[in-house]
Amino acid sequence: MQNKKIALRLIKDRLFSTVLIIISSFSVVPLGFILYFLVVKGATAINLEFLLSGPNPYGEPGGGIAHAIVGTLILILLAAVISIPFGLSIGIFLAEFQKSKLAYWVRLGVDILQGIPSIVIGIIAWSWIVRPMRAFTALSGGIALALMMLPIIVRSTEETIKLIPTSIKEASLSLGVSYYHTILKVILPSGISGIVCGILLSVARIAGETAPLIFTAFGSRFMNLNIMKPVESMPLLIYRYASSPYRDLHTMAWGASFVLVVFVLTLNIVAKGVCKRWCIKY
Amino acid sequence: MVHKVLMINDFSAYFGKDKVVKNITLAIEDSKITAVMGPSGCGKSTLLRSVNRMHELNPNTSVSGSIVLKGNDIYRMNPILLRRHIGMVFQRPNPFPTMSIYDNVIAGYKLNGIKLTRQERDSIVEESLKKAALWDEVKDSLRKKGTFLSGGQQQRLCIARALAMKPEIMLLDEPTSALDPKATAFIEELIVQLKKTVTIVLVTHNIAQAARVSDYTAFLFLGELIEFGVTEKIFTVPSDKRTEEYLTGKFG
Amino acid sequence: MIQDKINKLKEKLITAASIVQMMIEKSIVGLTEGYSDKLFEVFRHEKDVNLMEIEIEEMCTNVIALHQPEAKDLRTVLMIYKINNDIERIGDQAVNIAESSQFLIERQILKLTNSLPHMARETIDMIRDSISAFADNDTKLSMQVCERDSIVDKLHENIIHELIGIMINDPKTIERALHLIRISKNLERIADLSTNIAEDTIFMVAGRVIKHNVES
Repeated sequence: MQNKKIALRLIKDRLFSTVLIIISSFSVVPLGFILYFLVVKGATAINLEFLLSGPNPYGEPGGGIAHAIVGTLILILLAAVISIPFGLSIGIFLAEFQKSKLAYWVRLGVDILQGIPSIVIGIIAWSWIVRPMRAFTALSGGIALALMMLPIIVRSTEETIKLIPTSIKEASLSLGVSYYHTILKVILPSGISGIVCGILLSVARIAGETAPLIFTAFGSRFMNLNIMKPVESMPLLIYRYASSPYRDLHTMAWGASFVLVVFVLTLNIVAKGVCKRWCIKY
Repeated sequence: MVHKVLMINDFSAYFGKDKVVKNITLAIEDSKITAVMGPSGCGKSTLLRSVNRMHELNPNTSVSGSIVLKGNDIYRMNPILLRRHIGMVFQRPNPFPTMSIYDNVIAGYKLNGIKLTRQERDSIVEESLKKAALWDEVKDSLRKKGTFLSGGQQQRLCIARALAMKPEIMLLDEPTSALDPKATAFIEELIVQLKKTVTIVLVTHNIAQAARVSDYTAFLFLGELIEFGVTEKIFTVPSDKRTEEYLTGKFG
Repeated sequence: MIQDKINKLKEKLITAASIVQMMIEKSIVGLTEGYSDKLFEVFRHEKDVNLMEIEIEEMCTNVIALHQPEAKDLRTVLMIYKINNDIERIGDQAVNIAESSQFLIERQILKLTNSLPHMARETIDMIRDSISAFADNDTKLSMQVCERDSIVDKLHENIIHELIGIMINDPKTIERALHLIRISKNLERIADLSTNIAEDTIFMVAGRVIKHNVES
């Protein structure tokens, strides 16, 4: 009787693990399908002209997405320059003053920010920056994206610093090093892998955002390096070309999607690699 | 005349309303090892951390009474400057994980922006590592990261780092609790050698260690100084009944 | 750390032992050669030996309290404590010999055979060898010392016999004879104490108890 019960349990165990494995395998399938489609539909569009030149005048075949690639990079750079200092500072504050009242409210604020839909952030950026300036600018797009990057950087910085043992901080303080120098020269370098990892992941997050850019960077048909003017980005371009009636624009949209996904995937893999290889053991 | 490096006068330390160190008066003698022992929670670590004003880095703390280091009231000094004259070694070895062994030893100078010539740096590193009995083991791998050393070696590196600042006094907070017996014995021998060059205050919960290593012993219980005296006397004929009970294992 | 302290203890003990050995020799020489200044030196040395006994006791207590010695170290410290005691007693016996010698050289020497100097020689050899064995951790030599105790006992018996004969013959010699018996008794006692030292040395080195005829 006992043996029968045990045998039944063992079977249930085996069944459970098998189901877990099957379900998990299924989750990889959509990714595989997406990549397959992108390669099949988009690879044909990719050639040197595609990557290196801007759009041709209306109606003419050919042209490329160089202006969108450059635009995306400009927006990422702007967003990073704005969000990294703020994100690091807030992350350090939350890790160092965990129990204070201010920390509670700041943490709450950051969590709320993380939950705001991207289109709403776009609208807010429009009314705070685009309206007063009376112009669509890359700067406003960068600010909108920075708002989206901020919570991720704050979270990963806070968690990384919390993991650093207090004994390291105490060692520095006991040598007569000021608090400010201790954070900058000892704590931050010790957590560099986690912090960089967080930054790369936040960039990967916003690289494909479209909604916040619709009312801010707006998009443009020209290659533009001036941040006070509107600028094209990859997701915006994909949206516009895919919704247009022209077949060759659709192909270009597939090509751009492929490039974008490869970019984001690479960022993710590099972030994981950084986290592992630069990780400092205590 | 016997020289007292550190005078603790009617000193108390608080965590909020909690009086953790109660009106302690103690004099630490130059070039000697003074052990502070007592059961867990008796305030010995708090007392030690008050000497280099690390206690006040915790939130909601306060102190009363005075501590005088070589004639200077430490609470009238700049705490950062004070800590540069006092070396501290902690329970868990804590070399800086991003720095090499070489950089760890002179970390006190580097992090404080004190400029040194290449020659000065090299000589400080060699001298400190020799004093910490670690030079022979690491002299060929000074550029390697400090965290690749064994526990005992890491702790000696921390001792070298503290010694490099040429402190007036060294505070050791249970320096061997995280180490294996062999490393512990090595460091105990090292501490006895070190007292020739620097005064040492050693907090330990290991009674036998206090007996083996120290010249003077202070026994703390529930924040109060119960007894203080020459180690040999305390361990053979203690004056206070509570000291006797602690040593014979009746509590703690 | 503990090894240094134990070595210092051993050295101090050996020093005390060599002083008492010297005291015995001087008291016998004082008797046989008639030098009373030698006997006064014996009385002076006694003070030093007493001070050293107290010092060595304190050192032993400190080593046990501060270093918790184990195994051989523990046996060494405990035996040093005991041997220290015995050496002080040997010193007392040497003083007794000197006192009796003092009395005798102020009067006419009794005619005795060689037996007393012979017994003194044997006794001095025993104490010298027992301390030597202690210093060198030599259990063989210690066993030999134990065996020689019976020789000294025999010599003591012979001397008493001889002196009884002399006392019966001439009652005027009784006072001097009694002092000689006392000296002989003191020497016999010193030999016993040397045997103790040898037995303690064997326990210290090998952990074997051979006293009270508990042999292994």
